[in-house]
Amino acid sequence: MFGRKKLFLLAFLALQGCTSLPLRGTGDLGVVIERATGSVQVLDTTHHSSLGQISGLGDLSHASVNYSRDERYAYVFGRDGGLTKLDLLQNALVKRVMQSGNSIGGAISQDGRLIAVANYVPGGVKIFNAATLDLVADIPAIGANGKPSKVVGLVDAPAQRFVFSLYDAGEIWVADVRDPAKPVVTKYPNIGKEPYDGVITADGRYYIAGLFGEDGLALLDMWNLSAGVKRILPHYGKGEEKLPVFKMPHLEGWAATGNELLVPAVGRFEVLVIDQNSWKESGRIAVHGQPVFVVARPDNRQVWVNFATPYNDTVQVIDVPSRKIIKTLKPGKGVLHIEFTPRGEQVWISVRDENRIDIYDSETFEKVGEVKADNPSGIFFTPRAHRTGM
Amino acid sequence: MSLLGLSAKNVTTRETGAAITASVSAALRKLGYVGFVLSLGVFFSISGAAFGAGTYLSSVRQTELIKLVRNDCGSCHGIRLTGGLGLPLTPQALKGKPAKSLVTTILFGRPGTPMPPWNTFMTEAEAAWIVENLLQGFPDVR
Repeated sequence: MFGRKKLFLLAFLALQGCTSLPLRGTGDLGVVIERATGSVQVLDTTHHSSLGQISGLGDLSHASVNYSRDERYAYVFGRDGGLTKLDLLQNALVKRVMQSGNSIGGAISQDGRLIAVANYVPGGVKIFNAATLDLVADIPAIGANGKPSKVVGLVDAPAQRFVFSLYDAGEIWVADVRDPAKPVVTKYPNIGKEPYDGVITADGRYYIAGLFGEDGLALLDMWNLSAGVKRILPHYGKGEEKLPVFKMPHLEGWAATGNELLVPAVGRFEVLVIDQNSWKESGRIAVHGQPVFVVARPDNRQVWVNFATPYNDTVQVIDVPSRKIIKTLKPGKGVLHIEFTPRGEQVWISVRDENRIDIYDSETFEKVGEVKADNPSGIFFTPRAHRTGM
Repeated sequence: MSLLGLSAKNVTTRETGAAITASVSAALRKLGYVGFVLSLGVFFSISGAAFGAGTYLSSVRQTELIKLVRNDCGSCHGIRLTGGLGLPLTPQALKGKPAKSLVTTILFGRPGTPMPPWNTFMTEAEAAWIVENLLQGFPDVR
């Protein structure tokens, strides 16, 4: 009898344990990467607070994050090839696999069942079961020249596809993973020299790769794949002095403002405006330094820009309709990333050297809060779960 | 005056003693006595910095350079310098590469690649200090 009582007590305590965390959703959560310590903090955007730190994630230089479609799990892609699954509700590391020697980022499939990782060493894409992190498929990136290539700019696309670029080979590949174990890969060679990043428009229609090795951008219309890759902005930079680039610009978060795309120039202290109908340059906006991230507020009215060293203490705000800089902020040295709250009323900015995330009101530009973090870099909020290419 | 020749000669040779002798006698032959004294002073100040004795670069500046390498070089080469879009900068990866060319690469970049010139961010002596430390295994920020 005593044994049974004890059992009941244990069961009761166990249940208590399960329910001791308050019930909550995850739509106002996110993570910030603390790259020097290989940890992340779980962030609460409603209360401007950290819900805790999760460590043991390895080398998080250039780390990026995707979310499960229920916004509960974060998949963190580390530089050392580590793929880590985190549970935001439990503040816990669920599983970690070392899937390559050196990786650059990942994507989650349209149906949320697959995680794809872009690798530098060995170059290629590996595809994992999102629930278990078991390997499902391996796509080595061997270019038409027969040589292995680093993979960059990996995104998901509608119809259960992944799209990515081969840096060394200068190719774009589209992998159809409707049968996950047997990806069907369509290859587009000769897209230009050294694609260094790629982005897909929010509607999933246009995949665009930035080219480092030559002028212009490579564009693939996912609604018209048979048309192949075409070059846009072919004359950009022609005849001008090539400028050194102290940090590669990122294409993620590119501002699509309806008819226009705002993109970082490479090397120049400019943000370029591209007319999305003609795919021609329709303007340039002079900015404070070499732009790294050019991020649109969710309503596309504003675009916030940060810069490469030695100008990385500054953030500028562009008013899209007038194309004017309407605010210049100086949060501190090492501004590495900009992330808007789901509907854009606030923006979170990581300030590496200040060990801080600053929170600004995006209308008044007043600082409304801060969260301490150790050398913070990327900030990723859960609404990315429902955005193509994020 | 170029600091580069002497510091590079100094760090490329495995036998440091032999390098000192070789560079001193070479300097003597080339420059005569005044040049020798001058270059000797430069040599010792560089080697002090290069070997981490801190006699040439203040510890504040060394910390700045360590941060610059980890963060700014790290954006392509990885914060742990194990490589990314840029090549790895670990001692194993750099083994056998002449220090002089590494210093030149840092200062003037590699045309035709994304590697930019960093000579607006540091002096030759500081680049030599970075190379020496990369070859030994680069220190951490803290």
